[in-house]
Amino acid sequence: MRLDRSVIFLAVAVLASALATLFEKSINPYYFQIIIYIGINIILASSLNLINGFAGQFSLGHAGFMAVGAYTAAVITTSLGVTRGSIFAIPVLALALLLAGLMASIFGLIVGIPSLRLKGDYLAITTLGFGEIIRVIVQNLDFLGAARGFTGIPKLANSFWVFSTAALVIFLIYNLVNSTYGKAFLAVRDDEIAAEAVGISSTRIKVVAFVTGAFFAGVAGGLYGHFVTYLNPMQFSFLKSFEIVVMVIIGGMGSIIGVILSATLLTILPEALRTVSQYRMVIYSLLLVIIMLTRPQGLFVRRRLFKRGSTPKTEIS
Amino acid sequence: MSELLQQIINGISLGSIYALIALGYTMIYGILRFINFAHGDVFMVGAFIGFYLAPRIKALFGGSLLIATPVVFLIAMIGCSLLGVTIEKLAYRPLRPQPKLTVLITAIGVSLFLEFGGQLVFGPDPKLFPTLIPSSTVINTQNLVVGSNSIAVIVTALVLMLLLRFVVYNTKIGTAMRAVSYNHRAASLMGINIDTVISFTFVLGSSLAAAAAILYASVYPSINPLMGIFPGLKAFVAAVLGGIGNLAGAALGGLIIGLTETFVVGYISPTFRDAIAFSILILILLFKPSGIMGKDEPEKV
Repeated sequence: MRLDRSVIFLAVAVLASALATLFEKSINPYYFQIIIYIGINIILASSLNLINGFAGQFSLGHAGFMAVGAYTAAVITTSLGVTRGSIFAIPVLALALLLAGLMASIFGLIVGIPSLRLKGDYLAITTLGFGEIIRVIVQNLDFLGAARGFTGIPKLANSFWVFSTAALVIFLIYNLVNSTYGKAFLAVRDDEIAAEAVGISSTRIKVVAFVTGAFFAGVAGGLYGHFVTYLNPMQFSFLKSFEIVVMVIIGGMGSIIGVILSATLLTILPEALRTVSQYRMVIYSLLLVIIMLTRPQGLFVRRRLFKRGSTPKTEIS
Repeated sequence: MSELLQQIINGISLGSIYALIALGYTMIYGILRFINFAHGDVFMVGAFIGFYLAPRIKALFGGSLLIATPVVFLIAMIGCSLLGVTIEKLAYRPLRPQPKLTVLITAIGVSLFLEFGGQLVFGPDPKLFPTLIPSSTVINTQNLVVGSNSIAVIVTALVLMLLLRFVVYNTKIGTAMRAVSYNHRAASLMGINIDTVISFTFVLGSSLAAAAAILYASVYPSINPLMGIFPGLKAFVAAVLGGIGNLAGAALGGLIIGLTETFVVGYISPTFRDAIAFSILILILLFKPSGIMGKDEPEKV
């Protein structure tokens, strides 16, 4: 039953995003850009939700994975020299996004391995450090444009690519966490020692979470690069990671629909508040503190994931 | 040879600033078992208190830096202590029974609030910090130049560290701090008021951060509301390197980070300045997560 519903969701969403490309020209480009950002942020927040919310590994380096994906995809399409509208555009972009995801997941593996020994605060700061190291390396690589930025990326991404990818990511994560295998993620999050005791390899779960989450972040980065056509290392600083983390926390860690809603809301909100944009981050941070003090489970979550009366242990660290 | 000596002096000067900030991290971690992410931003506020006060205080004392500078230090330290205690009371204390992750996220929230609130209040563009420590060249040989700045930083940091050592090991409240960091419950059964001890720890940590900020701003006079982020993160790395929860370890870690950073900037490339501390962090956490002077704490069911 569950699988059927999610398959229908995926089919409808992909169809809808394909149809949406027909109207791309007729809507205000400014609104169109916001809509695309919503899609990209949904992918980013949902993939981080897999690491932070479902596997309980608090990561602050998501922008780093996004950067790896964005630069990988950009290098592939520019070196193959495809332009918008050429017949190769679709297969090349698909290939580029796939490789972007793979490259990011290699980095996810590199970050995931030390994370096996770390928890909570240490893990957060190590992942933040990894994200910053990736940014500093990019800033020093001349073939990636270094600090000047990477220009001339063909504008290949459109609403079809962004939203069908978002739907696919949601579909995969939904089915993963509802599978027997995915239950192990929640077990590791809720009590690692107990999970180990019933035969779950927490090492394996954490690495899988990092690799999968990083893969999707890489794809999101690839899409982002092929939409804005220009990449700069500063776009992937830890502030971007914080932004994604805030989306996950406000949506409710471990809530798929909550995170989609908060990613949408938090993409629109700053645009709607553009006249008072200097207050944006102040409002964000206050919101974060107030939510933690009053509703630590997130805004859009009535209860934790568990539906059948079990009282989950709240300790995640 | 003299270039090496020069780098070592610069490194020790930078390292003792990191050490002062790291002491705050390590004390708060020792007592509350969580990383006060906002510590670097308390440091930033300290620099801004100095920025706004220094010209007025200097005018008050007729431009005599000998009296004005200690007064600015004192007021900045008091101001940051109040800020630290307020943050603890409003944001961290209500969450004490909650899972650690909740407190961590709150700390990140407080940190962002201070950074962007600072941009709103102080303005986002960098400002020039007024001179509080007269910069003259004390030693000047062929290749070696040692300014009064570096010497003042090292001496002030050393004095503050010895003072901290005295407070923690030779006073009643220091004994209480050590008892609380050992075991909250047992300490409170012995009649120690946990809340007071925690507030006092924030006072100590935040005032050291304020002193570090004024020293830092005297060496690197361009200050802005985001200036606390990297010194804060590096000092945290220093605390972990030395063994978090260990005072001597934090001081040692600060010196190592300061020296390494100066050497990397001097001999390899300044662009790696901000990546070096994180690389050290990852290496320590991989090979000796308890740090140089820390002790292992096995996880219990």
